[in-house]
Amino acid sequence: MISLTRRRLLIGSGLGAGALALGGCDLLEPNDQTQAVLRSAETLTMKIQRLLQGRGALAREYSEADISPTFRVNGTSAPDIDEYARLLEGKFVDWRLKIDGLVERPQAFSLAELKALPARTQITRHDCVEGWSAIGKWTGVPLGGLLDRVGIKPSARYVVFHCADELEKTLDGSGRYYESVDLIDAFHPQTILAYAMNGQDLSVGHGAPLRLRVERQLGYKQAKYLMRIEVVDSFASFWGGGGGYWEDRGYEWYAGI
Amino acid sequence: MIEETTDLQPETRVSTVLIRRHSGVTRLTHWLNVLCLAVLLASGLQIFNAYPRLHWGQYGADADPAMLEIGARGDPGKPRGFVRVGGASVDTTGVLGLSKADGEWTPRAFPDWLTLPSYQDLAAGRRWHFFFAWAFVINGLIYLGYGLLSGHLRRDLAPAAKELAPRHLWREIVDHARLRFPSGDDARRYNALQKLAYVAVLAGLLPLMALTGLTMSPGMNAAFPVLLDIFGGRQSARTIHFVTASLLVAFVLVHVAMVVLSGPWNNMRSMITGRYAIRRKGPDA
Repeated sequence: MISLTRRRLLIGSGLGAGALALGGCDLLEPNDQTQAVLRSAETLTMKIQRLLQGRGALAREYSEADISPTFRVNGTSAPDIDEYARLLEGKFVDWRLKIDGLVERPQAFSLAELKALPARTQITRHDCVEGWSAIGKWTGVPLGGLLDRVGIKPSARYVVFHCADELEKTLDGSGRYYESVDLIDAFHPQTILAYAMNGQDLSVGHGAPLRLRVERQLGYKQAKYLMRIEVVDSFASFWGGGGGYWEDRGYEWYAGI
Repeated sequence: MIEETTDLQPETRVSTVLIRRHSGVTRLTHWLNVLCLAVLLASGLQIFNAYPRLHWGQYGADADPAMLEIGARGDPGKPRGFVRVGGASVDTTGVLGLSKADGEWTPRAFPDWLTLPSYQDLAAGRRWHFFFAWAFVINGLIYLGYGLLSGHLRRDLAPAAKELAPRHLWREIVDHARLRFPSGDDARRYNALQKLAYVAVLAGLLPLMALTGLTMSPGMNAAFPVLLDIFGGRQSARTIHFVTASLLVAFVLVHVAMVVLSGPWNNMRSMITGRYAIRRKGPDA
């Protein structure tokens, strides 16, 4: 027979540990070690998802009938830097997409040149990290084909997207939107640089003149207002080092979940 | 349960035997599950707060009709919190939709004392949620693997045919309603209602939580598109995830109530040390 005191001790410590685990969370939150432990799940999630997907697994493509009647505009609705305003006024005739970094032949593409390349159209679901979803039809240039044109160097590991929108006003420019994907996603057949949505030129709200679609990940990876694509071996030197605007603010770099 | 001791004949005595009720694996996985579900619930409510509307189908955002919505509305100087399900709306000011955070009235679906972290931080909520989702799945697989290999599931949880007979179930329901719980040798085993409840949670609600959770992942949708067909879309999966979580909360409330009503010390001891006291009438064994 177990004595009452030992019994009480056991129950008490069990409940106490539970209360600590919950009540202490806000205290633990800023702790780097806790963060490192919690973040270890992200690596596991990415490895397992990549294993289950293989390279080629496609995101579901929907029919015209499934398209959302209203596709919510999210993040920036109109970039307010002067350069963008000027490009928009000129209907993006002077806009160029620069592709440089670890590539054999750095190049700048006009919108007309991109539209002349082989295109892909896909009706896919956009999933916001907040929880909502919207379905839209995207037409654009497969990123993989474009990277083949400029020729990536053997040391290339990631593709970084520099955008025209500033989501947070800062003195150092760290509020500028950017994103990055690895080469598996960059060469995925559904990864496109879209210039049209639902059969029309991309609107300003949805990222005119060009935005990224990387369909196996969440909405914040779908960078809008693309200005420059830089092929790199590491994204650690950009701004917060997280590989993207939201990643620098605590969100996962791998946004497959 | 000592209600009958007064009727005892002088020669009969009540003796207490301690039996081994729960194995070490069952006890350990039970308490890890408590921790996982508590963190998953609190961080899940944090994630829900980022978009406190539920839809049905493949898509759903602000402009689309919502089945459930938790929010604040009304005069900006004097807003009210509400929960709307279909066409019916209830004022929930103070708890849901509008509650005090740090002494200030704040529009947020679930109040700060229910979310992890307490303040609004979706990125942090997601980190807690996904770490403990992995812990929950691994813990659950260890329990199921052990349960199958040791015979625990077959021996202790699978109801026998005669237990499922309507007469038997009805008698148990009546006994439960009168708060008369099995005693003596009958208390060595789970009763049929217990078995059914545990099986419904283990084989129904918990796997449903994991699968609807995975259906919300665009990466998993690419790996297993069939998930979208099973649950009717990402937004339906999100709604089922929320409803199933609510059913789990209901299960836990009933479960804890039953633990308290049917002998809290004995029950708690059996899930901590494994030993459970059984009172037997009759000569000492």
